[in-house]
Amino acid sequence: MSRSLAEKLLARAVGREVEPGELVWADVDVALANDVTGPLAIAELARMGVERVKDPGRVVLVPDHFVPNKDLASAGQAQILREFARRQGIPHYYEVGRMGIEHALLPEQGLVGPGQLVVGADSHTCTYGALGAFATGVGSTDLAGAWATGQIWLKVPLTDSFIYCGRLPRWVGGKDLILFTLGQIGCDGAAGRAMEFAGPAVSALSMDARMTVCNMAIEAGADAGLIAADQVTLDYVRGRFRGEPLLFQADPGWTASRVYEWDVSHLEPQVAFPHSPAQVRPVGATGGVTIDQVVIGSCTNGRLEDLQVAAELLRGRTVHPYVRLLVIPATQRVYLEAVRTGLMETFIAAGAAVSTPTCGPCLGAHGGVLAAGERALATTNRNFVGRMGHPTSEVYLAGPAVAAASAVLGRIAHPEEVGT
Amino acid sequence: MSIHGTHRGRVWKYGSNVDTDAIVPARYLTTHEAATLRRHCLEDLDPAFRENVQPGDMLVAVDNFGCGSSREHAPLALKAAGIYCVVAASFARIFFRNAINIGLPVLECPQLAQVAATGDELEVNLAGGWLHHRGLSYNVTPYPEFMQAIIAAGGLVPYVRQRMAGGGNSCAGS
Repeated sequence: MSRSLAEKLLARAVGREVEPGELVWADVDVALANDVTGPLAIAELARMGVERVKDPGRVVLVPDHFVPNKDLASAGQAQILREFARRQGIPHYYEVGRMGIEHALLPEQGLVGPGQLVVGADSHTCTYGALGAFATGVGSTDLAGAWATGQIWLKVPLTDSFIYCGRLPRWVGGKDLILFTLGQIGCDGAAGRAMEFAGPAVSALSMDARMTVCNMAIEAGADAGLIAADQVTLDYVRGRFRGEPLLFQADPGWTASRVYEWDVSHLEPQVAFPHSPAQVRPVGATGGVTIDQVVIGSCTNGRLEDLQVAAELLRGRTVHPYVRLLVIPATQRVYLEAVRTGLMETFIAAGAAVSTPTCGPCLGAHGGVLAAGERALATTNRNFVGRMGHPTSEVYLAGPAVAAASAVLGRIAHPEEVGT
Repeated sequence: MSIHGTHRGRVWKYGSNVDTDAIVPARYLTTHEAATLRRHCLEDLDPAFRENVQPGDMLVAVDNFGCGSSREHAPLALKAAGIYCVVAASFARIFFRNAINIGLPVLECPQLAQVAATGDELEVNLAGGWLHHRGLSYNVTPYPEFMQAIIAAGGLVPYVRQRMAGGGNSCAGS
């Protein structure tokens, strides 16, 4: 029987072979929560009558959504998380000033790696599929169950295969690949399935870009977004990941339930229009929508490579007078590296506001909330009604190159209009 | 409200891809307190909902209800607003799990999702798995066997309590 990558990853976590469609109990390697979902999980754990988490070493707690504390209520949420971490002796708690947006932080710190099963009370937990791990978002009560028992129940998904041939053009990256894909299959196009990304254009992606691709698998309703671990993965996890990387790939002869194949050699940068990440157009067909704010950051596109791309276009240029540009490095390490390599000077000289790592504006939490009728172009992952602020505001999603070019021109723009 | 017997109530009808930000906007997620969640439930999608919703009302939507984030605050907000159950043609996976875990009944019924309208009267029998609407009866898609065990236990919290007390791993498929 030929097995998919998803089936092999779950078989490892279950301890025997598994079939698509089967409901299984699986051993969890890492169980993550943040300042939105963690306090509810902590309350549910108490209702379960459980005083101690089964294995504090497998729990990761990252306050990132409403920090640095936005107000009294958010301060209280962060406090619940902090005190729980201390009481339970959880080593992987990351305080403001030493943290990062969870889905950038965990891979960077080597807390997740190839072959693992990761559950997180955050839907973008699927990001770690880029490392060849099975990673999926769950709610707070499910997470509390995993903290209590060390296990989670899952339905073994079917897998859809996404193959990208050719070589991506300049200024086109991971975000464009995944937005294009969402535009093709729709926002429930992979509902309840695993998406496996492969092909020469994916093999050529850096880890940063691979994480961007897998990050948005949830926007198609997928359980997981997967890229089989390869040499790029091993080079990334070496010196970071504390465990033994386990490399799995689909068996030869395995066939996906659905196969999509595209040549992306001439792919244009992509933009998702309000109010769906799947309402996608090539940048050339966007009609020069004017914008009030640009956000470069988030668990989708706040990594070093994203900042490098943006800085390349902003160097020696200035942000359009009618635009506010926010640049939010995803982790402290990314921030420091951006300072050391001069990226921050480029952003500040261009007229950008630079923030400490936070999810902040992506979900309209704080630090970049939109007023009525305002439009933002953001490198974030969702553009639902009211996502970044007022219900009449609008969010357009794109990669860092389109974001930087648009910040300079004050309208949604192709990077080639600014750079070369 | 009991899950036994037949329940009758009014319908609030919405379309496809009602996302979790629409169900409860992220800007209010600095608490999971029921009163706050109820106050902001569906506020960006339909401001009339929170003004006029009555305990025992039901939500009917089309495809992919609850897509987006993993926030359990979304089903909690609907439950806090007094919603008896949600009927949809299909649900996003995480929302579906969360709803079962916290005890908000969620029912798949594509046929009803196509014809129901806001203000309609709807009759539901959860144990029997049927809906009655405008003189027609509809069967809902049965839950997977394992989910029935969680529902029977009264949600995931009591289910885990049972497991921790020595119930073991004796569930479907494992």
